[in-house]
Amino acid sequence: MRKHPISFTINGDLQELFVEPRKTLLAVIRDTIGLTGTKEGCSTGDCGACTVIVDGEPVTSCMLLAVSANGKEVTTIEGISSPDQLHPVQQAFLETGGYQCGFCTPGFIMAAKALLDDNLDIPEDEMRHALGGNICRCTGYTKIVEAVLSAAETMRANA
Amino acid sequence: MRNFEYFEPKTFAEASALLTRYGGEAELLGGGTDLIIGMKDRTLTPGYVISLEHVPGIEGITYDDCDGLWVGAMTKMRAIERSSIVRERYTALAEGAEEVGSIQIRNLATLGGNIAHGSPAADTAAALLVLDAQVKIAGGEVERSVPIADFYLGPGQTVLRTGEILTGFSMPARSANSGSQYLKHKIRQVMDLAFVGVATSVSLSNGTVTDTKIGLAAVAPKPIRATDAEAIITGSSLSGEVLRQAAGAAAGQSSPISDLRCTAEHRREIVAALTKETATTAVARAQV
Repeated sequence: MRKHPISFTINGDLQELFVEPRKTLLAVIRDTIGLTGTKEGCSTGDCGACTVIVDGEPVTSCMLLAVSANGKEVTTIEGISSPDQLHPVQQAFLETGGYQCGFCTPGFIMAAKALLDDNLDIPEDEMRHALGGNICRCTGYTKIVEAVLSAAETMRANA
Repeated sequence: MRNFEYFEPKTFAEASALLTRYGGEAELLGGGTDLIIGMKDRTLTPGYVISLEHVPGIEGITYDDCDGLWVGAMTKMRAIERSSIVRERYTALAEGAEEVGSIQIRNLATLGGNIAHGSPAADTAAALLVLDAQVKIAGGEVERSVPIADFYLGPGQTVLRTGEILTGFSMPARSANSGSQYLKHKIRQVMDLAFVGVATSVSLSNGTVTDTKIGLAAVAPKPIRATDAEAIITGSSLSGEVLRQAAGAAAGQSSPISDLRCTAEHRREIVAALTKETATTAVARAQV
């Protein structure tokens, strides 16, 4: 089958690749580019572990063909912090203990970041609903919610 | 996922020609949230996938008081739920869009895909039924327009013919004295399929309901109108007795199945409950 030339930026770096059309963006991010922070959970769009931000909006990267990312701007968990400064959402998950096994954490952080970028004043009930596309099978939701609330507070203070 | 040839047509004619050339071997890619799941579990094994992303003129939302609302087939669910005109005048459609998947899914999933997929449980179908949507279909040189009520033939089956592409939906302008609501019964608040979906739309004049449309999803082989219930409500001022009769009539017109979600009997009870609730809310919204 014909491979397709695509180019997109990932965490600010331009990537130019030839990909099989059947490869998902998730597969290319992990296996071709080697950024393994983004996780594959269910691979059917239900769990949110593979959440990345494409052109400013969070999407499940297992449900997007890599060819569809052509020309777009992709941000993964590796792209939201610098080596010496975690993103406030990451810092809040760390301080609150908003993770157990950690597998769902990158997806939760990317979804929460996108949510707070959109609305720093989101009420807790709306925030819980908006994060409904992310599943934690350790079921540590209380700490996750605390982490996002705490991150929002920090981000509001720094805004 | 089985491999396939992938095309990104840049014009409508090119897309239509590809679809005609490859016929049943081809699948159209909209947002991909149904197609990619099907290709992953190999219930769908197209040899050719034709993306509609770069075809101009089939994404976006426009409104004017004369022509009403137009929503392109490739418009994302998230754009629909965020549209102020849709929220204000076509509220049931915004609420239907908002019930689909998660935010991550709604940033991919399209209105055209939700309908073209042919699911009787599609969250936007009941809303489109009560908002009088016309489905715009194009293929080759010919364009046609089909009322949404006639678009579905059965589970997974629609009037779309080989080579045809669903391009968008148009809905007549709605006056300020109209209101609508879509409610979905589900177990999980997010990422669940509808046990039952009900949309109701009404217009009011001096406290009397002058027009009623009730759409039911997931309780028949295709999304249907509860016309018996509509006739009971239209002309009334929506008393408790009218609501009770309409709820019973809507349940009576549904023909649900029993499955792993719940029994047919329970589904009929939910139809009755949601008919009451959506009719009450639609009337309240029409009065604002």
